[in-house]
Amino acid sequence: MPQSPFVMYDEEFKELTLIIEKLLREANSKCVYLVDKDGQLMSAVGETKDIDATSLASLTAGNIAATGGLAKVIGEKEFSILFHEGERDNIHISVVGQRVILVVIFDKRSSLGLVRLRVKKASEDLTKSIEKLLSRMQAGAAQENILKEITDDDIERLFH
Amino acid sequence: MSFINYSAKEINCKIVYYGPGLCGKTTNLQFIYKKTRPEAKGKMVTLATETERTLFFDFLPIALGDIKGFKVRFHLYTVPGQIFYDASRKLILKGVDGIIFVADSQVDRMDANMESFDNMKLNLDEQGYNLDNIPYVIQYNKRDLPNVVPVAELNKVLNVNGVPEFEAAAFDGTGVFETLKSVVKLVLIELKKGA
Ligand SMILES: Nc1nc2c(ncn2[C@@H]2O[C@H](COP(=O)(O)OP(=O)(O)OP(=O)(O)O)[C@@H](O)[C@H]2O)c(=O)[nH]1
Ligand SMILES: [Mg+2]
Repeated sequence: MPQSPFVMYDEEFKELTLIIEKLLREANSKCVYLVDKDGQLMSAVGETKDIDATSLASLTAGNIAATGGLAKVIGEKEFSILFHEGERDNIHISVVGQRVILVVIFDKRSSLGLVRLRVKKASEDLTKSIEKLLSRMQAGAAQENILKEITDDDIERLFH
Repeated sequence: MSFINYSAKEINCKIVYYGPGLCGKTTNLQFIYKKTRPEAKGKMVTLATETERTLFFDFLPIALGDIKGFKVRFHLYTVPGQIFYDASRKLILKGVDGIIFVADSQVDRMDANMESFDNMKLNLDEQGYNLDNIPYVIQYNKRDLPNVVPVAELNKVLNVNGVPEFEAAAFDGTGVFETLKSVVKLVLIELKKGA
């Protein structure tokens, strides 16, 4: 059975976005992304317009998946933090709430130490929000459900 | 796992092209990329070796249109077909919503097809999926070549579940969109069923 869909409602999006906006400011970073482990972009803030967010999301998910595989090979659980240093920009990737990936891009206006510190703090808040979201999903709390409204005609029409 | 984003009003699903090395998975994606309007596609990401063999995956996001005000987006991935990249194939299968199994129709690739199909079943199993209830279709590629196995024969060996099957020649695009549409439909029907 394919797993049931990962659903994010507007309130949840806003709650998560507020947290990463705060992180963006406090870490002096350029931009912050929240990506689910399957590579879907959940939210993005900061100077994001020159970055292809969809590629970024799928590659960070691939990166986390690959290092997760590596961890298993050497008998570790997971590398929950990855850091890549560039000439101009650096990228800090971490897993929060086991389900979501937090990506922070920063340059020399900030530092790895500061980013680490702020990410740690933000992760606590994000974990709470994500756990809430996941338990809401598990309970299957009846809210609006677009999937129920899809008709066979809708599906047919997609291809015309 | 599909991702329903009520804030961005999007339905996102993940399709994986699976099959033996050199069967034409990357070629399928390249054709789709070439023929899709700029506003309906994102960048194609290719992680390949110097010799253009897929090393980790290819990735192409496409938008198909709207359903009830929601944008329907599909993320297309290919796996590396070469046998020794099995660890990567497992990773790509995570969260898959639908599969296109691409077989190489050439006589001398039959063993490779069967081996890849069994490998797919095994890897799905490991993730708690089961071919009997995951949407998938089969594409018999390279029909343009002279030494191909008849479709009836291919069906007997590879299409045990009687899923939709398509003849294709991915390098000129024959059958490429037909295959994709078919699995997209199956995925959406499955989503609706689970709602
Ligand atoms: N004659 C013919 N050649 C094809 C067809 N489709 C693909 N090819 C060729 O087959 C070769 C391999 O194609 P790829 O798409 O790279 O194969 P792949 O399945 O992605 O291979 P891996 O990445 O190693 O798993 C290329 O040279 C293609 O041009 C087809 O329909 N007919
Ligand atoms: Mg390839």
